[in-house]
Amino acid sequence: MLVDIENLRIAFESNGKRFEAVRGVSFKLEARQKLGIVGESGSGKSITARALMRLLPPQAQVTADRMRFDGIDIQSQSEREMRKLRGGRAGFILQDPKYSLNPVKTIGNQIAEAWRTHNKGGKKEAREAALDLLEQVMIRDPKRVLDAYPHEISGGMGQRAMIAMMLAPNPTLLIADEPTSALDASVEAEILRLIDELVDTRNMGLLLISHDLPLVSHFCDKVSVMYMGQVMEELAAGELAQAKHPYTQGLLNCLPSLDHPRTDLPVLTRDPSWLEEKAQ
Amino acid sequence: MLADFRAWALDDLATSRRQAAWGRRYRIWLALKANPLAMIGMIIIGLCVILALLAPLLAPHDPAIQDLENRLARPTAEHLLGTDELGRDILSRLLYGGRITLGIVVAVVIMVAPVGLAVGTIAGYFGGWVDKTLMRITDVFLAFPRLILALAFVAALSPGVESAILAIALTAWPPYARIARAETLTVRNSEFIEAVAMTGASSWRIILRHVAPLCVPSLVVRVTLDMASIIITAASLGFLGMGAQPPSPEWGAMIATAKRFILDQWWVALSPCMAILLVSLAFNFLGDGLRDVLDPKQD
Amino acid sequence: MNQRAKSFAATLGSVLVTLFGLSVITFMIGRVMPVDPVLAAVGDNAPADVVAAARAAMGLDDPLVVQYWSYISNVLQGDLGQSVLTRNPVVSDIAHYFPATLEMATLALILATLLGVPAGIVAAVKRGSLTDQIIRVVCIAGHSVPVFVLALLGLLIFYVGLDLVPGPGRQGFIYDGMVPTVTGILLIDSLLAGDMGAFWDAAHHLALPVLILAYFSMAYITRMTRAFMLDALKGEFIISARAKGLSGWKVVMGHAFPNVAVQLITVLALTYAGLLEGAVITETVFAWPGLGQYLTTALMNGDMNPVVGTTLVIGAIYVGLNLLADILYRVFDPRVK
Repeated sequence: MLVDIENLRIAFESNGKRFEAVRGVSFKLEARQKLGIVGESGSGKSITARALMRLLPPQAQVTADRMRFDGIDIQSQSEREMRKLRGGRAGFILQDPKYSLNPVKTIGNQIAEAWRTHNKGGKKEAREAALDLLEQVMIRDPKRVLDAYPHEISGGMGQRAMIAMMLAPNPTLLIADEPTSALDASVEAEILRLIDELVDTRNMGLLLISHDLPLVSHFCDKVSVMYMGQVMEELAAGELAQAKHPYTQGLLNCLPSLDHPRTDLPVLTRDPSWLEEKAQ
Repeated sequence: MLADFRAWALDDLATSRRQAAWGRRYRIWLALKANPLAMIGMIIIGLCVILALLAPLLAPHDPAIQDLENRLARPTAEHLLGTDELGRDILSRLLYGGRITLGIVVAVVIMVAPVGLAVGTIAGYFGGWVDKTLMRITDVFLAFPRLILALAFVAALSPGVESAILAIALTAWPPYARIARAETLTVRNSEFIEAVAMTGASSWRIILRHVAPLCVPSLVVRVTLDMASIIITAASLGFLGMGAQPPSPEWGAMIATAKRFILDQWWVALSPCMAILLVSLAFNFLGDGLRDVLDPKQD
Repeated sequence: MNQRAKSFAATLGSVLVTLFGLSVITFMIGRVMPVDPVLAAVGDNAPADVVAAARAAMGLDDPLVVQYWSYISNVLQGDLGQSVLTRNPVVSDIAHYFPATLEMATLALILATLLGVPAGIVAAVKRGSLTDQIIRVVCIAGHSVPVFVLALLGLLIFYVGLDLVPGPGRQGFIYDGMVPTVTGILLIDSLLAGDMGAFWDAAHHLALPVLILAYFSMAYITRMTRAFMLDALKGEFIISARAKGLSGWKVVMGHAFPNVAVQLITVLALTYAGLLEGAVITETVFAWPGLGQYLTTALMNGDMNPVVGTTLVIGAIYVGLNLLADILYRVFDPRVK
């Protein structure tokens, strides 16, 4: 079992008001399995992933009945032990390379730094490893990119560099938080295919977070649909058509389709009863 | 009454512009109240203003009466803070000095705010070469170290309180012009200005009646932030002998005179030093708190 | 590349306009001076025709534009007029007094940076904590007190009270004039002369004024460092740095700080300019024979040429430092390229 989360709750407090962003989320991910978490913005999918890496700001109040990564209890780990997990055992790809790469450090340095944090080796070896990684993510002209600053390369290349950076320590789990939503649609498929291939060849598990249900189901083994901090439904990717929950059906129904053009897209109607907490 | 106001001001669904404005002000006040340093600053400023205004009633002695027999005396029951080199009561002089400092601040603000407002709104409203010229001039003044320029101005005008006020005002207006310009630019193309223009109102009328009033709140904030530096500049001019002249109990001038006795009669210099320290600290605490409340992400 | 050259040309242009404005303002200040330069030259009791002749000879009857032209051409040739008090050309006076100010202000800037930048970083990392509050109050206090009050209090405490530092002045009298002037900066000159006694004496005298000036200017550095760091720490790249498994310290110093460093260059340049202003006042308290002392002495005596000259020079340094900050920003920030 790679990831095992049971009844995760995350709350924020501001000006005396408490806001529960995640309310009892549970899911499991086996080794070499691919799980997609789908939901609208604000559904709590991103902070669920960040909670797993303990990357949330200290104000966030995180509780869970169980939160394990590869058998390790995340909640009881010290910060030092967490640092070994972060990057080393689990890579985390963020949404927009324009913001998630450090603007004043070269791509090569940022990748080499990730490598050196988890591997023993000198600067020269790290640089070679970085070049090798850039080749693995099939970037054009890796030698030039190595010494380029993030603003000097395109968004797609930036995201490839980000992936290279997170693969550097050879993790067993890759978390990708909306890895393509800041990119052009033409690049989107390439990046996802790249992630998919790398996950397969490296025998990694994948946690793919997205708002795009059909896309996720295309790349993942199973899909978890989140709404307002709760999991509405979890189902195998192939069984999307048999989705039972009205929210999932609604999401699928909202998509424009080339095969069956419609003049109006239906508006998703939301039922407050979805949010009544399910008996544990 | 108060509860009504509270509910009315904090109503998230304000029905009028006025209600929304008061709501904003009330929230600023609430945030400010939660900042202990800002409140301390505000209380000290309030006390100082009262003390300065009531100086004729509170001062135990006439600040100008000399007593050469009893010069540079240590603090006693008769002279709580001692006497200066001419035997004058330091406490009384401090109280009266507060009036001068307060007067300088008020005079500078009265001169500076309208000038800054005029330059900024005119530059922002008309744009083009008017804007470019006015802002270039503003930048030139901003490019000077403020105190040095004020010193040179005073030297050219002959030292004195009036010249000091004029010099500080001459160096203080550029930031106000910048703020007023920025505010003007945000409303310049809004629909209600266009609507007023279509009724046939002249540009000057629009600036005076519709644009300028909108700039006032930001200017008020800036004034509060600026007061400490006005006080410091005024005191520095006094200290360098370019502001209020000797018989006057201005704090900076008092320190300049007392500086000579600092090795033996240190208390003579200490009390005006502490007075300036307290007042400018208070203004900075308040200004800092205000800045936090109004613009938390800014410095 | 072209874009870059263009924006740099715009900066240079605005610098030139500012310098022009500077010269106009100083010119005007010189024109409305309270002391009549003619009477100062020919004496108060000179007959009317002598006064008129002197007036014409000094070019004071010419239109203002012509007068300005002769003023600016003199300035450009390095002629700022003569001081009535010292009877020296103002330019050579400034050259004589400036090193003392430069020495004090530079050391103060270094000290303020060494204290202020780390304080700002700590305050940002520990935002809202007691440490943050203490740093904030200490800094506000340093910045909101007029620097002459700080200086006097410093003298009272460290000289009168504790006797830790020597009194006012730049040198003990036994060392006065013992070290040959090479750079005018005593610490360097005494080392060049190999006179360690003079070196330690100069350092001893520098300690308090430098400390006071550093404290005075630390507030701005700390506040800006804190603000920039808070901004940088909010960045997504901080999350990715942490996601790589870097330690908190490496994230702060290796990722947040490099983003801030370039912006700090501007802050330091502005601080340096502000230090010159603080130095003018500090010098009067410490009887420091620098530019500030020269300026204030001239002010008290209505000696206008030094006043105008010093104001012009300090203004030009101010503008120069701003330009320098701009250039450094372009050179060091990869994002500008």
